[in-house]
Amino acid sequence: MELKKTAAAGTMESGDILITIEPRTEGGVTLELSSSVLQQYGRQIEAVIRETLAGLEIPHAAVRAVDKGALDCTVRARVSAAACRAAERENETWEAK
Amino acid sequence: MEKRYIKDRLRRSMMFVPGNNPGMITDARIYGADSIMFDLEDSVAYTEKDTARFLVHNALKTLDFGKKEIVVRINDLSSGLGVRDLEAIIPAGVHVVRLPKTDSAQDVIDCEREIARIEAKHNIPVGATGMMAAIESANGVLNAREIAHASDRLIGVALGAEDYVTDLKTTRADGIELLFARSMILNAARSAGIAALDTVYSDVNNDEGFLEEVSLIRKLGFDGKSVINPRQIEPLHRAFIPSEKDLRKAYAIMDAIAEANARGSGVASIKGKMIDKPVVIRAQRLIALAEADNVVEED
Repeated sequence: MELKKTAAAGTMESGDILITIEPRTEGGVTLELSSSVLQQYGRQIEAVIRETLAGLEIPHAAVRAVDKGALDCTVRARVSAAACRAAERENETWEAK
Repeated sequence: MEKRYIKDRLRRSMMFVPGNNPGMITDARIYGADSIMFDLEDSVAYTEKDTARFLVHNALKTLDFGKKEIVVRINDLSSGLGVRDLEAIIPAGVHVVRLPKTDSAQDVIDCEREIARIEAKHNIPVGATGMMAAIESANGVLNAREIAHASDRLIGVALGAEDYVTDLKTTRADGIELLFARSMILNAARSAGIAALDTVYSDVNNDEGFLEEVSLIRKLGFDGKSVINPRQIEPLHRAFIPSEKDLRKAYAIMDAIAEANARGSGVASIKGKMIDKPVVIRAQRLIALAEADNVVEED
């Protein structure tokens, strides 16, 4: 997925995560994460963000994430939505359960 | 074919959960509603339709909702958003799609065609996903019977009163303004052998008004009601529990019938009153409702 602009998805409400994705052409994925549960779940959140971006075939991006206790499925949803917005396209590959 | 939905099940409460609120989506499991309805329509701002779709898709795929019925209210197909909603939620495993603003049988048929196409695309058995139709206009009410019969996938029809009263050029009042619509929808549902679900009661701080409305719709014959606040669930369920007196009477009827059958007779009576078929059917329903409630409580 080719990123065209900076875009965000999510909110700062409890149980949510605000993801901002900025296009990059090199340098891999850089991640700036702040979370109220950074000590306990920081690694897990980072892994889900990176895994989701890899699944969307986004090798380079600058990602900022402000976590408010989001579950993994919420992190995945917000990263995917922000990425689609940054790529200016609709998601066309919904995978079955 | 394995279906994702159960046509005839307990549906006293169908709780609306905004599809763009992760906290509420996660907590939806804990309030005891018979059905949870994730909303992609009116509770989601137009600019957040895309993010809500991702959220509900991922929640359906990941979260464990136990034995609860999972419904998603999509946007109507004419908005151009409805098909995109279906593309996201059908592969994610939704049990029942709630179609809003259903004005005609054709609306149901059009939606079903899209569902079938998406099921086939994902190798999901065609027919696995259920549907329900929300009727929210004078046209829809007048077409209720055709709507209720429009697809085998339909588990029920529901009344959406806010749009309906606006269409009628009136407002929500004491319920008299909804009597015709409720009666039409209920009779349409029964004629098709499916559930009838009442509209939301939006004044969440008016407990008395809520209970009066619940009492009315129960007397009319509705299976249940949409709710917008978890605190409405418990009193709603309580209102649907048969009284001890009615339950005792129902068991006495069933005992009398069983005794008569054992004697080789199909005719029974209690205290000189003949028990005919409708009486037995009502007693069976009452017992089923009480037993279903116990099963749900134990869950």
